[in-house]
Amino acid sequence: MPEDMTTKSTVVERAQSEPGMLARVCLAAWVVPGAGHLWLGRRSKGVVFLLVLTIMFAIGLLLEGRIFPFELSEPLVALAAVADAGLGVPWIIARVAGAGEGTVTAATYEYGNTFLIAAGLLNFLVVLDAFDIATGRK
Amino acid sequence: MTSHFSLLLLFALLVSIVFAVLLRDDPREQLRTAALMFGGFTGAALLLGWVMYPLPL
Repeated sequence: MPEDMTTKSTVVERAQSEPGMLARVCLAAWVVPGAGHLWLGRRSKGVVFLLVLTIMFAIGLLLEGRIFPFELSEPLVALAAVADAGLGVPWIIARVAGAGEGTVTAATYEYGNTFLIAAGLLNFLVVLDAFDIATGRK
Repeated sequence: MTSHFSLLLLFALLVSIVFAVLLRDDPREQLRTAALMFGGFTGAALLLGWVMYPLPL
């Protein structure tokens, strides 16, 4: 059996049998886009997710989009914040660095928001895909 | 590069790539799916734009 296949099956078997392993795979997939797939041996997919989602997030910031705060008094803002948070480390770095303040008057403000929110939501789908692979559904 | 249409194309391209890689395992299938989705997104946007052109009446 090729080494890559052995790695894939070993990690998937561990995720299915070892308590906590599945949660760690999903956590890794959220923290670093594509990390779950890389861990599960789906290297090309992992690299594509890492590059594309990070680029989408960076474009969103360049377009002066806003990383929304968790404001429960404003339900739509809170939902947008959850979507933004979907990207894990890039979102954390951007928040810590003070990026993503958003310029409402900028012509590209809404475009930037769209890129930021879509990147986060797509990463949630990537996490679910990693979950499916780890549980042997895919 | 910040026109509405160029950003639409860029967004459609990136989303198509992610969906194609999520849905397909074979690289050729991924490329085909990404191209179809990109064409679909762009075509739908142009069609909707054309339909909405006379609005508000």
